[in-house]
Formats: sequence, C-alpha cells, structure tokens
Amino acid sequence: MKSLSKLVLVTMAVAAGVATAAYPEKTINYIISFGPGGESDISARLQEPYFKKYTSGSVAIQYKPGAGGATAWSQINSAPGDGYTIIGTNLPHIVLQPLQKDVGYKTDELANVYWFHFTPDAVVVPAESPYKTLKDLVAAAGKAPGATTFSGSGTNSANHLAQQRFDKLAGIKTTYVPFKGTGASNTALLGKQVSGAWSYTTVSVQLGNQVRCLGVAMEKRHSKLPNCPTFKEQGYNLVSGAYRGIAVPKSTPATIQKQLSDLIGKINKDPEFIKKMEDKGFAMIDVPLSQMDAFMAERKAEYGAIAREMGIVKKK
Amino acid sequence: MPGIEFLIKALTPLNLLLAVGGVVAGTVIGALPGLTATMAVAVLVPLTFGMEPASALIALGAIYTGAIYGGAYAAVLLNTPGTPSAIATTFDGYPMAKRGDGDLAITLACIASVTGGLVGAAFLLLLAPPLAKFALKFGPVEYFWLAVFGLTLIAALSEGSVLRGLIGGCIGLLLSAMGTAEVGGDIRYTGDFKSLLGGIDVISALIGLYCVPVLMDLVATPDPHLKLTHEVAGFRLKEALNIAWKAKGNLARSSVIGTLVGILPGAGGSISSLVAYGEARRVSRNASNFGKGEPNGILATESANNATVGGGFVPTLVLGIPGTPPDAVILGALLVQGIRTGPSLFSEQSQIVYTFIYGLFLATILMLPVGLVIGRYAFKSIVSIPKAALVPSVAFLTIIGSYAVHNNAHETQQMVVLGLMAWVLGRFGFTASPIVLGLILGTIAESGFVQGYLIGNAKGSALMEFLTRPLSIAIIAFILLTLLYPLLKSRISAPKPPSHE
Repeated sequence: MKSLSKLVLVTMAVAAGVATAAYPEKTINYIISFGPGGESDISARLQEPYFKKYTSGSVAIQYKPGAGGATAWSQINSAPGDGYTIIGTNLPHIVLQPLQKDVGYKTDELANVYWFHFTPDAVVVPAESPYKTLKDLVAAAGKAPGATTFSGSGTNSANHLAQQRFDKLAGIKTTYVPFKGTGASNTALLGKQVSGAWSYTTVSVQLGNQVRCLGVAMEKRHSKLPNCPTFKEQGYNLVSGAYRGIAVPKSTPATIQKQLSDLIGKINKDPEFIKKMEDKGFAMIDVPLSQMDAFMAERKAEYGAIAREMGIVKKK
Repeated sequence: MPGIEFLIKALTPLNLLLAVGGVVAGTVIGALPGLTATMAVAVLVPLTFGMEPASALIALGAIYTGAIYGGAYAAVLLNTPGTPSAIATTFDGYPMAKRGDGDLAITLACIASVTGGLVGAAFLLLLAPPLAKFALKFGPVEYFWLAVFGLTLIAALSEGSVLRGLIGGCIGLLLSAMGTAEVGGDIRYTGDFKSLLGGIDVISALIGLYCVPVLMDLVATPDPHLKLTHEVAGFRLKEALNIAWKAKGNLARSSVIGTLVGILPGAGGSISSLVAYGEARRVSRNASNFGKGEPNGILATESANNATVGGGFVPTLVLGIPGTPPDAVILGALLVQGIRTGPSLFSEQSQIVYTFIYGLFLATILMLPVGLVIGRYAFKSIVSIPKAALVPSVAFLTIIGSYAVHNNAHETQQMVVLGLMAWVLGRFGFTASPIVLGLILGTIAESGFVQGYLIGNAKGSALMEFLTRPLSIAIIAFILLTLLYPLLKSRISAPKPPSHE
C-alpha cells in the first residue's frame, strides 16, 4: 500500500512538474493570517512586485486574521495544492500555538517552503528613560524584583518569550504586560506607562529617536541601528526573534514546492528588495526547502524547552 | 496657516479626481452593511502603490472619510449601521426615516459629516503634535475608565427600559469574553468550537444583531419598508441647513469630542459618536425626543464620527501609532511607500504631510455635493424598490459582508446565530445597541483592567493606579455625572413643596 501511494505521489509530481513548467503563470493567492497593516502584511506587500519581476505570474494578498493566525493556518491544508494558494507563516507562533492548546493544526502539518526574514527581538525604552544602558536596567530590576515593567505584543508571543528568556539569563524578575498588537504596546511605551518594551528592531527603527534601543537579539548589530549593541556583546547569549516564511497546502507537489522555494530565494537575493527590508528594520535570513527540516527541528526543540519552563504547554 | 503653499500642490487635477473618486468609492462601500471603512481602505490600498505618496494619501484619506459618512445611509434607511461608527446614528436616524423624513436625515448626516470632518482636519493641521502628547497620557487605566464611561452611557441612553438596556449590555460583555483572551491567552466559553477561538467579531455581530431582525420583520409584516409621505424632489437642503445652524453648538461640541476621542489609539468612531450623542442628549432641552427621531441626535453622531478621521491621523502621523483601524492600514501603506512617520515627519517631510492634510480638507468639502447626490439616490432606491427585491439583496449583503470580515465562513455563522438571537430578544423588548456596545467596550475594559492591574501591582498598589491618576479622576467624575445627572435634574426641576399651608 505504502509503495503504491508513493508511486502515485511521484506520478502526480511528475505530471504536475510537466504541467507547471512555467510556475507561476497566473495569480497566486497569498494568504496573510493577520489583518492588514501589520508586519506580515508589509513584508508581503514588499515581495509583491518581485513576483511580477521574476515570473509571468503575480500575487493577490488576502487577509484571514483570527486567533493569532491559527484560523488561517488550520484551514490551509484544505486548499487546493496547485501552488496557487500560499500562506505566510510565523515563528514562534506555529510552534507555540499547538503546544498550548488544540488550535486545529499541528506544527508538522504546515508545509513551510522558505523562511525569508526575521524581526530580531529588541529591548527599547523611552528616549527620556533613566536607563541609558542595558546594565542600568538590569541593575534596577535586580534591586526591586517585579517593579520593572515591559510592554509587549500578546501573551506567550515572541516578545513574551524573549522577556522570559532574558529574565532567566540575567537572573532578574520583571513584569511583562501584554498588549493587543505592536501598536498598542508602542503606545504604552511612548506614553511611559511602562519602563520599557520587549519589541523588535523594526519598531525601534520606526519609532526613531523617540526611543532608545538597549539591546538587539542578533549575532551582529543591525545596519539601521548601529548604536544599539547586541545582547551577545553585553554578555547574554540571546539571538532570537519572530521569523516569517511561506507555506503551501500539504498536497502541493514537491516540484512546485521546490520552484516556489527557489522563487522566494531569488526575491530574497534582490539587492533592491534587501535594502527595502533592512531599511524597515527587518533582518534577512535564507532557509530554503532543502534546509527546512533541520531548521524546524532546531526551532521546535528551542521553543519547546522555553515553553515548558514557562509552564504553557498543555497537559495531555 | 502652516504650509499653505502646499494647498496649491494639493489642487492638481489628478489629486482632485482622486479625492472625488475616493469619496464616491468610500461612500458606496461604507453604505453597504458589513463593508467597513477599514475594508474599503484595505481593498483599495494596492491601487495607490503606483502613485506619488501625497496623491496616494489623498486617495486613502478620501476613501476613509467617505466610508465613515456612507455608514449613515444604512443606519438611517435600514436601521443597520453600515460601519461601527454609525451605531448611534440608528437611534434617531431610523425613527426619522420611519416617519418619512429619511431624505432629511441623510442630508443632515451629510452636513454634520462635512462639519465634523473639517473640524477634525483643522485640529490635525494646527495642533497635531501637542494633541499626540495628550493622547499618550492615556494609559491602560484610563482606557478602562473610558470603557466604563461608555457602559454608563448605555444606561443613560436606554431610558424607559434601563433594566433591559443593562441586561443587553451584560450580554454584550459576556460575548466579548468569548474566545482567546487578548491579555493572558486563556480560552473562554468556546464550547470546544475551534471557530470560536478568535472570539466574536464586532462586525459580524453588528450585521447579525441589527440587520437580521430588520429583514425578518420586513418579511413578517405586509407594510412597505418606508412610507413616502411627500414627493422626493430636492435634497431638503435648506431645511437641513436651518436645523444645523440652530444646532451649531451641538455640532461644534460633537466635532471636538469626536476629534479628542479619535486621537486616542484604539477608541475610534463608535465610542466618539456615542459619547457625543450622550452629551447632546444631556444638555438638550428636548432630551425626551432623543431616540424618537431627533435631528440633533444625527447631527451629534455624524459630526463626531467624521471628526475622528482627522483626530485618528494625529497619532498615526505624529507617533507612528494608528489611531483607528483604518489608520493601521494607511500606516502600512505609508511604510510600503517608504514614508517614515514620527515626530520628524512634520519637519522633514512636511510637503507630504501638508499636501495630505489639505487633501483631506478637499475630500471633506467634496463630500457635500457627492454625499448629497449619492444620498438622495440611496434614499430613492431604498423607498422605491419592492420588498421582494430589497430583502434578498440586503440578505445577500449580510452574507457577503460577514464573510468579508476575515474571508472566513466562521463570521457568517456567528452573524446568523446572533441575528436569530437578536430577533428573539427583540420580541422581549431588547435592542441591539446595548449588546454591541457591551461587546466593543468589554474588550477595551478587560485589557485596560488587566494591564492596569499588572502595572499597578508592579508599582506597589493596583488600587492607587486606578484611583489616583489625574486623568482617571477626571473620567471617573464624568461617569458619576452621567449616572447622577438624571437624579440631580429631577431634584432641581421638581416643584418645591409650598412652605406655608
């Protein structure tokens, strides 16, 4: 039975490969699992023109927000697997959500074909904040456990995870205050309702000199934030953030998955595109289909460990 | 006037065309129940990517302002707010339409929308940076009290059946708790339905709660939907201008309320129009006419919700924080265009900002002729289409509108279930508005409370955080005033007992 189904799959793949030699040749439906105006939307909007530049097809962006992205992700595998329905995926979301509760999909059921960039975690404080450096902040938090407050987007989100990990690395205790989305978290930050925010490099770039960035979770400093030291420089081994990628329905033939992965890779190497992304504070990464399994295994192990420590893994 | 030289730049033929086109497209989309201003902007955003930044902004601003006005049509003619901003417009708009004054109501809405839009844009032009600073003073605690203030208005607005209004509000609050908690991530009242993990969507609730009962009643009764008591000839513009002139105090107050609430990120048009309505009613000499077709009610809500357009752009442009949901989409479009919002925008990219603000003025002024013409057409078609065509077309729109919320059938299912619930509740005298307001305000109150509690505890005392911040005290004072005013008023106006026999 197994070999038969394999044979069928191979035949299908070959047939599809022949039929779609020029993939994509029409409009691809690009589903964003969040509302318009967010960072997932903006990155898709920036990719959009390059689909036209490099292929004879194009993309139409469609929003399916709900339950932090889970609504769209739980439905993607029932879409036709012809390469003309693709969906934006986000890490750590797609690992953490199924760990916490039954959200209608499992991490391994999503067929990711490429991870194209990430927004590195960053600690930012208002420009007038007494904390000039990360050291000041850690010292203050050490003196009064729990009294330092950080706004962030969402509960058990990338921001929340980063706050928890940093607390552990620095041996301090701070209070995380979740807000609905980055916009609301920024409002609290700029209004000095909180001591600082666990946020992303993109936010620090966007808010400019209204805020001061005390640390970024990258290997090297971000080109747009040259004055913001990495956590590594300051002695904390924290390199993390929210990753964005593209997945397809599981039934999509392997050849098309490969073609799509190559296409996204090509867009990701376009110098003009890279500049636009980095100007907004994104950091580029390239995880094509061939490295997908290893990358996902590593991410799952890492997020799983933190999630268990935070006690957010659902009881079986 | 700052940047007046940019007014000339805004007046290119292309920009004028974009402003007219934007207002028309926005008004039509906003008028359809379920298709909101956010959707109108999101759908049309890709068209603007090829344009110059200033032209793109003018088009988007025009669509937005048109959509907020368009929401009044469905509110007046079908008792269904076309957008959440128009909830309070149903209170007096529909009774006016019922008695044959639908055309007057729409003309009034148009005049009020233009006035409010101009006031909001003027604040944006002259006072944006200081207003943005003011908006930042509102922390989670203030949002909590603001939501409580909104909830007290339910009680004040549902006179005659305060109890039913409060029960309706509680139903709304319970509905708002469904799904995954915004803060904390707990899953509540989903009954293991995965489709409820995302909670009840406000737009699908809006369509279901308002529209479905109207449709069912239309089918159940033999009378025509709206009676035509007079020949539809003019716009009744003169009559409307007269009313508006007499109510200039109301228009000014409501526009300022709309602007101020608009600058608070996350509050938006639904709250501003409600607060303006509550205030208009409180100070009116004919308070008892409110809810029965009082023109001042429409003037208050429609000027306030269009004033939020200009107000909402204050934090969007000055701080880079969207003031209202459509602003979030526009902010995304700005980023794609390569414009960095923030305090430096007004100094470094002043050309774009001022061209945009003058463009917004332009679009708002154009809304007067465009709005009157479309309004008259909408009124004529609603009163003249036979019921057999009206009911299926509106029913079709409710399905499309609720599906379009998230491109998902979940919201359509919610819409139908809530609609049936509203029809049953309607039999017992419960109205939709307290439920929808409970739903909207419940979310704001809950996150404000939890966030305020966390921050307060970190500072030492949550109670102090809630009760001692100056702005909180001011809002609490307003809440007490709203709650106690009816009592005080009846005390003062009650005839004094004679002191001598």
